[in-house]
Amino acid sequence: MAGKSAAAHHDHPTGLKRFLFSTNHKDIGSLYLIFALIGGLVGGLMSIGMRMELQEPGMQFFSNPQLFNTFTTAHGLIMVFFMIMPALFGGFGNWIVPLMIGAPDMAFPRLNNISFWLLPPALALLVISLFVPGPPGGYGVGGGWTIYAPLSTSGSPGPAMDFAILALHLAGASSILSAINFITTIFNMRAPGMTIHKMPLFVWSILITAFLLLLALPVLAGAITMLLTDRNFGTTFFDVTGGGDPVLFQHLFWFFGHPEVYIIVLPAFGLISHVISTFSRKPIFGYLGMAYAMAAIGAIGFVVWAHHMYTAGISLNTQAYFVAATMVIAVPTGIKIFSWIATMWGGSIQFRTPMVWAFGFIFLFTTGGVTGVVLANAGVDRAVHDTYYVVAHFHYTMSLGATFGLFAGWYYWFPKITGYMYSEFIGKLHFWLSFIGVNLIFFPQHFLGLAGMPRRYADYPDAFAGWNYVSSIGSYISGVAVLVFLYGVFMAFRRKEKAAGNPWGEGATTLEWTLSSPPPFHQFERLPRIK
Amino acid sequence: MAKARANEHDYHLVDPSPWPIIGSISAFVAAIGLIIWMRSMGDGEGLFGLYGPWVFGIGMISIAGTMFVWWRDVINEAEHQGHHKPVVQLHLRYGMILFIASEVMFFVVWFWGYFDAALFPDEAVQFARTEFTGGQWPPKGVETFDPWDIPLVNTLILLTSGTTVTWAHYALLNDDRRGLILGLVCTIVLGITFTALQVYEYAQATFPFSGSIYGSTFFMATGFHGAHVIIGTIFLTVILLRALAGHFTAKQHFGFEAAAWYWHFVDVVWLFLFASIYVWGAGTPAVH
Repeated sequence: MAGKSAAAHHDHPTGLKRFLFSTNHKDIGSLYLIFALIGGLVGGLMSIGMRMELQEPGMQFFSNPQLFNTFTTAHGLIMVFFMIMPALFGGFGNWIVPLMIGAPDMAFPRLNNISFWLLPPALALLVISLFVPGPPGGYGVGGGWTIYAPLSTSGSPGPAMDFAILALHLAGASSILSAINFITTIFNMRAPGMTIHKMPLFVWSILITAFLLLLALPVLAGAITMLLTDRNFGTTFFDVTGGGDPVLFQHLFWFFGHPEVYIIVLPAFGLISHVISTFSRKPIFGYLGMAYAMAAIGAIGFVVWAHHMYTAGISLNTQAYFVAATMVIAVPTGIKIFSWIATMWGGSIQFRTPMVWAFGFIFLFTTGGVTGVVLANAGVDRAVHDTYYVVAHFHYTMSLGATFGLFAGWYYWFPKITGYMYSEFIGKLHFWLSFIGVNLIFFPQHFLGLAGMPRRYADYPDAFAGWNYVSSIGSYISGVAVLVFLYGVFMAFRRKEKAAGNPWGEGATTLEWTLSSPPPFHQFERLPRIK
Repeated sequence: MAKARANEHDYHLVDPSPWPIIGSISAFVAAIGLIIWMRSMGDGEGLFGLYGPWVFGIGMISIAGTMFVWWRDVINEAEHQGHHKPVVQLHLRYGMILFIASEVMFFVVWFWGYFDAALFPDEAVQFARTEFTGGQWPPKGVETFDPWDIPLVNTLILLTSGTTVTWAHYALLNDDRRGLILGLVCTIVLGITFTALQVYEYAQATFPFSGSIYGSTFFMATGFHGAHVIIGTIFLTVILLRALAGHFTAKQHFGFEAAAWYWHFVDVVWLFLFASIYVWGAGTPAVH
């Protein structure tokens, strides 16, 4: 009896120890999700602050433009590194991948824990950077999330930039370690009979994302190390007076930065396939094509980086190559969009909350993809580079595309993760407020960009006032949507309506739905066999 | 530590561990400490009222301590608790290969920085650079090292160390403990010799670290390589101590293999450094 209780204690660590010392993929996944929620709230409040400032011409709320620029920078870095990545890759990846492949846990459970625990210090460093001196006479990092030299070297002599650089080092180390963990887990711990071509598409998406992280993040680490030594030890990698080259930083940054945008969106691609298939009650259309389209997007993503640099003085031949290579990405992306639509075609579609978010994802991501093809042209980009057209484009792909994917996944797996059902009404209210809000924010920004309004400015001429006002109203509606979301989560935990093991019916065919909701602390003690 | 549950799989479900979060806090302290230290250099005033390298030192010592206790646990789980079944050993192989892949990408950055300058010292649009380099590589006024002097000796040392670590490996596979230990000792001695010669060479440099793209690319690329040589030497030393303590069998010795892979990786990086920076990038060599 004593031995049994000791074993039970060993299996179910309790209290703080359970989470601080965790080696359990579900607990670590929950930590990631909570962390992403905090990151999202901080980054989201910053964006509302920026929209309040931009609601009308002139300076309203910010005491100086540098403060506005620090908000822009921190909003970008927080949303990328401390919201989307922890939620989609860290949170859902940790929670769902072992369940989907029929594994009892991740390959390296302790490494998994440090991957998470490196993130709070990284976020703390970034937040500290807001409060220490940056450029002469100002505080924080205001050079944008791209931290281009010389803005980030001679342009920002205070310690703020060093804090931001080391925040990225820690976040990068966290991602590299979790990438190693996911690749090993997926290659090595699939249930007997689950060949790589029988693997669920979400697992495919995490596998490809992990490879992108593994190969792209060390490049960022090196680039920001060069920044650090240029700033503090007198090297001249980016300093022309010592024979350096500021464009080198742009090359290195975007060699990481472009794969990074696929790191953000690929997990959403993966989970959207499951949501659409589940609520259409049909297997996904063109499974292998879907898997290899993601692999192609990942591979091509490594050879298109300089399309962010058309105006940086790169040669015409180089521009021609990067235009062509960038356009090629539209092909595998098109394969995915059409296959999602073909999956729905003739299916018995249920308009449950996750499915509605998936619809939203397809519409918004396609919009962002189309403007991406526009921007891929070096000639067109010359006119709209660094305008609000670009802001609209990447928010349609990332903050609307990836985030709508994130919420589709949230409502899809919420019953599995918590064991409780959410309220369909609140979920759909959250969706419609978000959908109207974000489109009001970002669709007018296309017009602003085409009219020539540059990004990263706290003030603008009166001519841009109209659409900026609309955009700000949209931001407040999205803010209300976030409150509805939080209320929905609160109510779900309060009502405690028990969720079945599989609340979605016959359309949900992956292994996580064969388990109870929430699953036991350790699942699959007897490995499932896949036919 | 036998599990009460009868698992029907060979995976290793690791016990909860305090080391990850302690390691993270140590990294946080080291990061803050590094900034304090950097802000103390020259006529710097420190940061947050703190001055000097001691906070960074505390952070780094905590990181090293965390690594020590963490890997002590791993070694115990492998050697004494029998948790490392074949599938878990395969995990570790994947893990080490992927880690080395990420390290390769890290070195890509330093080569990229080097070739960005070395291949294009005279681009018309980069007139400030052309003014600095004189339109040539190595830049005007830079006296590079003679590649056929110490660098060649170092190349031979690393290549030889690659053979001695293979000697140790084959000895281990054939249950020849004496050969294992001798091979490891030779490898470690060669590694230390390499580092000593690099330090000696650095001291002879006629070009500065700061203020010049040549010094920046040369010292950062070879410096990061040197740091990896030192890490590899420490790794091999741990393996030697473990071998002396009777660890490893002919069938199960992943720790040894990981150290050997890492050593070969550092060796290959050196070959690229030697070929591209020392040989291809040699100008008028300085006389030793």
